[in-house]
Amino acid sequence: MNPLGVASIVTPGVDWLGVAPVALLALAAIGIVLQRSILRRASVAYPSALIVAAVGIILSAVALIAQWHRVQTDGSYTTLSKMVAVDGFSIFIGGVVLVATACSVLLASRYLDRERLDGPEYLALMLLSASGMLAMASANDLIAVFVALEIVSIPLYVLVAYDRRRSTSLEAGMKYFLLGAFASAVFLYGVALTYGATGSTGLVGIANYLSEVTLLERGTLLAGLVLMLVGLGFKVAAAPFHMWTPDVYQGAPTPVTAFMASATKAAAFAALIRILYTALGGSSSDWRPLLWVLAVLSLLVGSIGAVIQTDVKRMLAYSSINHAGFILIGVQAGTIKGVSSALTYLAIYAFLAVGSFAIVGVVAGRGDADSDLERFKGLSSRRTGLSWAFTLLLLAQAGVPLTAGFIAKFGVFSAAAGAGGTSYVLALIGMLTAAIAAFVYLRIAATMFTPAGEGDQVLASSKVDLGTGIVIWFSCALTIVIGVAPGFLLGLAERATLLFLR
Amino acid sequence: MIVTPTWYLVLAAALFSIGAVGMLVRRNVIVMFMCVELMLNAVNLTFVTFSKTLNDLSGQVAVFFVLVVAAAEVAIGLALIVAIFRRRHTGTTADDISELRG
Repeated sequence: MNPLGVASIVTPGVDWLGVAPVALLALAAIGIVLQRSILRRASVAYPSALIVAAVGIILSAVALIAQWHRVQTDGSYTTLSKMVAVDGFSIFIGGVVLVATACSVLLASRYLDRERLDGPEYLALMLLSASGMLAMASANDLIAVFVALEIVSIPLYVLVAYDRRRSTSLEAGMKYFLLGAFASAVFLYGVALTYGATGSTGLVGIANYLSEVTLLERGTLLAGLVLMLVGLGFKVAAAPFHMWTPDVYQGAPTPVTAFMASATKAAAFAALIRILYTALGGSSSDWRPLLWVLAVLSLLVGSIGAVIQTDVKRMLAYSSINHAGFILIGVQAGTIKGVSSALTYLAIYAFLAVGSFAIVGVVAGRGDADSDLERFKGLSSRRTGLSWAFTLLLLAQAGVPLTAGFIAKFGVFSAAAGAGGTSYVLALIGMLTAAIAAFVYLRIAATMFTPAGEGDQVLASSKVDLGTGIVIWFSCALTIVIGVAPGFLLGLAERATLLFLR
Repeated sequence: MIVTPTWYLVLAAALFSIGAVGMLVRRNVIVMFMCVELMLNAVNLTFVTFSKTLNDLSGQVAVFFVLVVAAAEVAIGLALIVAIFRRRHTGTTADDISELRG
């Protein structure tokens, strides 16, 4: 008791290593904003902002590696009064997010100059969003998940609309904002109902309550579960909550699209998996059928929707919905193997998406003017290397053996087969849609190798700058290395899942 | 007549539904935006009611987080609307903003 007669407040202990990756990224973002206000000249401010961003990402990665070593020896733990979980799962997703962020920053490095956009603010927003993603991967409380979700989303709304002079970018930003805010509200109502049904917002608290008490009326909890699934379904771009995806992916600046497809998807899936497996792990018979339906719809909508598109960015957006369906196959299996296959898929899809959008960004040229399929006609004669790289990435997305995509798809299928029953049917539907999606990928590849005819306009594509070149080489190299020798990644994902805090 | 917590929950559910339906039906961007705010406040009411019935403070704490997030969303949302309006000089209904389709 202090003199005022008020009981002193016990503040929660902080494990600084546990929050370091998030904090360092956020600090780097704040640092960029600060140095921007001091260094007025763009020619100085932008390179120094790039350096700050690189330092932030590297330090954050170092902190993640330190966490990984600590978790290996001491086991998983929570900090900040159980709000933040530090376990293999959060570190794995954090690693995927950081790699995707680094790639997106590399893609943006010359892109922003080319489009005459403000550089430092862009980097600050991207780092803030990435820090939210890391927070989301380790959020162990529904309120923490919500706050992290908003830290991810709010900078993304701005990033999507970043090219203010281009009306399609603004339109995409507006659409993403309205639907994203709607999805957040729906998710939050689900959180409130879950809290009402169980008396706790902590994931572990919910799980403990549900294991001890038999609920007399399950309606509130089920409504909460469904609403949370709807909200997160929007964020991972799963059908039937995918309507925004093609428009936003097409309208957003290409580096932002790459960032959204890779990092945002991984973070949103991390939150989804953690809520379902930690908090509602005991009632998996409730959510497995729901995920089953989401998975089937995403698989079908993603593959069939891609067929009727003529714009490559939109095709890749639909393929991203299709991939969300494949990841859901792994998640709905409800097993350890399911989680590790979903993690593997997320990691592999992250660099496939980044690489593919990097190439589309180069071909579409200044102002993201035109990513129509026509523009890819005869690309092989103009840009042989680029078209082969794109072909490789597309084949990997289709799941051709000896590429990383095959490892990813094989993982979720075998997890589904292991779970048996209805999952088996889901795996069959997945294979069917993989065949439909393969048609789309091959169509893009075939267009690139078709010589441009007399009447076709051949528009100059941009040069491949250093950053973009590194990203394309990196994703192509990983595609082949993981396709041939997947042991390392699979082992990492398995280890991460075993250290999944429940 | 005793006002039970159920009344508040039903009121919150009604407000949330009005917001959700308004979001789907109305075409004016600012009105759609207000509908989202209505939904968030309905959630706040739900949180406070549960917090009271459960005799647990974390629900009320959650409301503060929601308020802050809603404020940040307002800032971004209005900025986007202003940017679009400056760029287009036309109406800001959802039907005006529809270049991207396919």
